[in-house]
Formats: sequence, structure tokens, C-alpha cells
Amino acid sequence: MAQQLTAAAPAAASAFRSRSNFTVFWGRFRRNRLAMGALGFLTVIHLVALAAHTLAPHDPTFLDLLDQFADPSREHPLGTDEAGRDVLSRLIVGARVSLLVGLLAMLVSVTVGSIVGSVAGFYGRAADGILMRLTDGMLTIPTFFLALLVLAVFGSSLSKVILVIGFTGWMVVARVVRAEVLRTLPQEFVLAARALGVSDARLLVRHVVPQASASVIVAATLGVAYAILTESALSYLGLGVQPPTPTWGNMLSGAQHYVWTRPQLAVYPGVLIMLCVLSYNVVGDALRDALDPRAGRARLA
Amino acid sequence: MSRYLLVRLLQGIGLLVVVSAVIFLIVHSAPGGPEILNNPDVDPETAKAIARDLGLTDPIIVQYARWVGRAATGSLGRSYQHQVPVITLIRNRLPNTLLLAGTALGVALLVAIPLGVISAVRRYSALDYMATIGAFFGVSIPNFWLGIMLIVLFSVTLGWLPSAGMRTAGVETGLADLLRHLVMPAIVLSTFPLAQLMRYARSSMVEVLSQDYVRTAQAKGLSPRRVLGTHALRNALIPVVTVLGVVTPRLLSGAVITETIFAWPGLGRLAVDAAITRDYPVIMGLTMATAVLVIVSNLLTDVAYVALDPRISLR
Repeated sequence: MAQQLTAAAPAAASAFRSRSNFTVFWGRFRRNRLAMGALGFLTVIHLVALAAHTLAPHDPTFLDLLDQFADPSREHPLGTDEAGRDVLSRLIVGARVSLLVGLLAMLVSVTVGSIVGSVAGFYGRAADGILMRLTDGMLTIPTFFLALLVLAVFGSSLSKVILVIGFTGWMVVARVVRAEVLRTLPQEFVLAARALGVSDARLLVRHVVPQASASVIVAATLGVAYAILTESALSYLGLGVQPPTPTWGNMLSGAQHYVWTRPQLAVYPGVLIMLCVLSYNVVGDALRDALDPRAGRARLA
Repeated sequence: MSRYLLVRLLQGIGLLVVVSAVIFLIVHSAPGGPEILNNPDVDPETAKAIARDLGLTDPIIVQYARWVGRAATGSLGRSYQHQVPVITLIRNRLPNTLLLAGTALGVALLVAIPLGVISAVRRYSALDYMATIGAFFGVSIPNFWLGIMLIVLFSVTLGWLPSAGMRTAGVETGLADLLRHLVMPAIVLSTFPLAQLMRYARSSMVEVLSQDYVRTAQAKGLSPRRVLGTHALRNALIPVVTVLGVVTPRLLSGAVITETIFAWPGLGRLAVDAAITRDYPVIMGLTMATAVLVIVSNLLTDVAYVALDPRISLR
């Protein structure tokens, strides 16, 4: 028995060294074909968004009232909209704006959520009580109505849309970070850091919060999906990013008046929103499965 | 039980006070004030007089105290835009929203739970894959876009269903007519909760099925129907009930969009109009109505908990 153990130990150790955490994770993730497809789509759409102004064949805001509702042609591969603007160019530049809002709003959510969650978990007691009440409260109110109200009252702009979506979507991150902080605090390396006289802020930022990164990455990925969906809904109601800046949401808002005659104008942006949100959701779910060792064991059982 | 209800009642009132104060502050700090004061047909002198009449020139604390005082006696003020008491507006439209949201929730539960359970029992079957992928689409599809597409299909192309409103004007108002108007909004509003509840029901059932007590039940020779129905389902539903508490606010948010697409005369559409025209009393009234709905649904969720799980008792 003892012999077996000593014989097995070096082999296990070398196997561990040769397969880094990332390799293990990537090996699991790669097996999920749906998620790989989604990742591929997201890569393409983000590259398109990055190079939007180079790729767009026309100026997406150029009005040509003599060429409204043009059918697809060499000049306009997807035709033109109600103001004679090139639909393909608007979809491409719209990708840039919609994804920018999605990613930045997610960053706001993750920042707010990480701060709330780590402070609540780290300081406990009253801070925890108050912050978690706030989190629960925010989870039980219709946040979309709140976002809509704030934008209607204060007027809408790109940065306000990002902030409003970010500040109504941080609750899941806060809960996740708090749980991870509570799990990490009693561990020895935290005690060691404390014994070395590390300040609270440094302890949190350098040692405790990084432990939550896996869960935060999952929540952040799903958060992008939520943010893109919310932006499109706000823009649809006319309270999101304002024209002439094209986003998929405000393209739909324009297109809905012409669904009886030109339904295709409403199809394109909607399909793109759905595919992006779907891809982020699928990738987020696959990340959760690949990053969570418990999920792996459950599957074996 | 009565002590529990008393505590919940006090908590509810506390929540109403906090929510009303926050929303009051946000709404009343609007640059430019309500839209009726910005009407180009009204000269600035009259606008100032109206603002004074409405008490909008007083300090915000005074305004809030006055609002609370009135609200405590059951008066939520008059709408600036509609010139009728807010209570009347809400009373006229609340049943429509409850009908729509209730139907959507009912459909979501009736489809999601059986589907989730079957998916879990027949894990990795074709049906399970289809349901799982379908659920991904359900949580990803923008509900307003789904609404527009349904209108394109069923109203524009096929001409089967009306695209807007609740009743056909001039036609004898019958139940069939109402149902025809209800179909598309209910589908749109139920999509997200249906997909979400199905995912929870499935994963919860998968977990329960691997528990020892289920194996015990199978081992003592109970029929699969009894194992699933009596032992597994009841335990699997407990986490699903938790999600219900989160689903209600989402339903109300979804109603805002759904009612706007289908011109459904409910609270959601009223909310969009009130927010855009900055109709302060209506916004405050709707905030209170929404908060009460959420509090009541949370209470019902707790009661459902106790009914399902004998380990939990209300205290």
C-alpha cells in the first residue's frame, strides 16, 4: 500500500505539472461543440465590430431620401432602410455600438458587484447586513422599469445607457464574490498575509478577490448577454442610444413601423441580437461547466 | 403564523417607504420638470402658475411629506397628462396586466415543469437536447423582437390574429375575441420565464434523482410514477419556487415591453408613457403598485415554500 502510494505520487505530480489549470479547463471546454461554435461566432462578430468603419461599405448615417427601401443590389447588399441608409453598413457599425455597450456595462456591473460583494464578505456584520439587503432588494424590483425611468428623467446618451445597465446588473456578481470571499478568508495563505501585516485593501485586492475570478468570469460572460439584451430593449423604446448612432436596438425601433411592408428590416438586427446573446449565454454556461470541478465529477457519476 | 405575517407586513411597509423615497427623489430631480410645463403652447407665466399650483416649487422634502400624507389616506393624486385620479388609472389597467402576466406565468409553469422533469428523467435524449437548446433560445431572444416577428407571421402574413389592443372595436366583446388578442402577448411574455424555469426544473430534478432517498424508493419497488411524483418531484420543486421570486419582477419588466408592442392597455404601457412625459403622480403610483405586487408575490413564494417543504416553518 505504502509502496503504491510513493510510486504513484511522482507520476501524479508530473502529470499535474504538465497539465496546467488552463489546459485542463480548455480540454473540458473544447469538448462542448455548441460552445465552440458560439465562441467562433463571437470572435467573428467582435472582429467585425473592431474593424467596423473599415468594413462598412457606406456611411451608416448617410441619408438618401431618393433611395428609400431599396432592394438588395451590388451597391446595397441588404438594401436600404426607411431613410435610404445602407442596411449592411448600419448592421456592421451597430455591432460596434451594441457590443461596446454590452462589454462596458458588464465592466461596470463587475466592478460594482466585486466591491459590494468583497466589502460585505470581508467586513461582515453590519456592512454585510446592509449590502446584502440592498442586493436582495435590487433583485426583487423590476430593474428594467428603474433603468427606463432614470433614462427618461435624465435624458439618454451612450454613457448614461452603459452606466444605467451596469448599475442595475451587478447583483449576481456581488453574491458570487461574497460567497467566494467567505470561503477564502479562513484559509491559511490569508492568515499568512495578515500576519505579514498586509493592509485590508491589499489583502482583498491581491489575495482574496482573485480567488473569485473563475466565478466572476462566468457571471461576467452571462452579464454581457443581459446587457446587450437590455440595451436593445431600451433602444427599442427610444430610451437607449439615440439616433443617428446606429445600434441593433434602435434599428429595430425604426423598422417596426414598416413591418407590414418591409419585415426584412426587422429581421436582420433581431437575428444578430439573438445570436450574440445566445452565444454569450452558451459560452457562459460552458465556462461554468469547465471551470467548476464539481460539475465534472457530477457528470462522471 | 400571525406573528410572521405581522413581521412581513412591517417589512413591507418599510420597503414601500424606502422605495417611494428613492423614486420620488429620482423623479423630482428631473431637469426641466414634467412635460406639461414644457408645452410650447403654454406661456412661461402660466407654466409657473401651474407649477406653483401643483406644489412643484416647494422644497422636495415638503413635497415628499405631502405625498406620503396623501398616500397614507389612500390618495395618489391626479395624473398631469390624463387629468384623472391615479387610483382610477391603476384600477382600470391593473386587471389587464394581471390577466396578461397571470396567463404568461401559468403557461410558463404548465410547460416548463413537465418539460424540465422529462428532460431530467430522459437525460441526454433527443428531447432533452432539444429542450435545452430551446431554453437557450428562450432566454436569449429579445422579447420585443419575438413580438414583432409574431406580428409579421400571424397578423401580416397569415392574418390569423389581431396585432394590437385587447378587444376589437365595434365587435361584440366576447371571450373568444379577448383570447385571440391575448395569444401573442402571452406567448411573448411567457418565453423568458418558461425557459428559465425549465432550466431550473431540469437541473434541480437531475440533482434530486441522484439522491439516496430516490434510490431507496426505487429499491423498495415503488412504481416509477410514485418515485417521480411523490418522492422526487416535490423535492425538486423547492429550488424552482425560489426562482419564482425572481421571475415576478422580470414578468413586470417584460410587461412594459410586451404591452408597448401589442398596445395592451395595462400598467406597463402606462409606465412607459408616464416615464416619457414625466407624469410624476402616475410614476409614483405605479412604483407603489409594482412594489405591492412584488411584496405579495414574495409572500406567496414563502407560503409555497412551507407547503412544499415541511422542514421550513414560518416564524
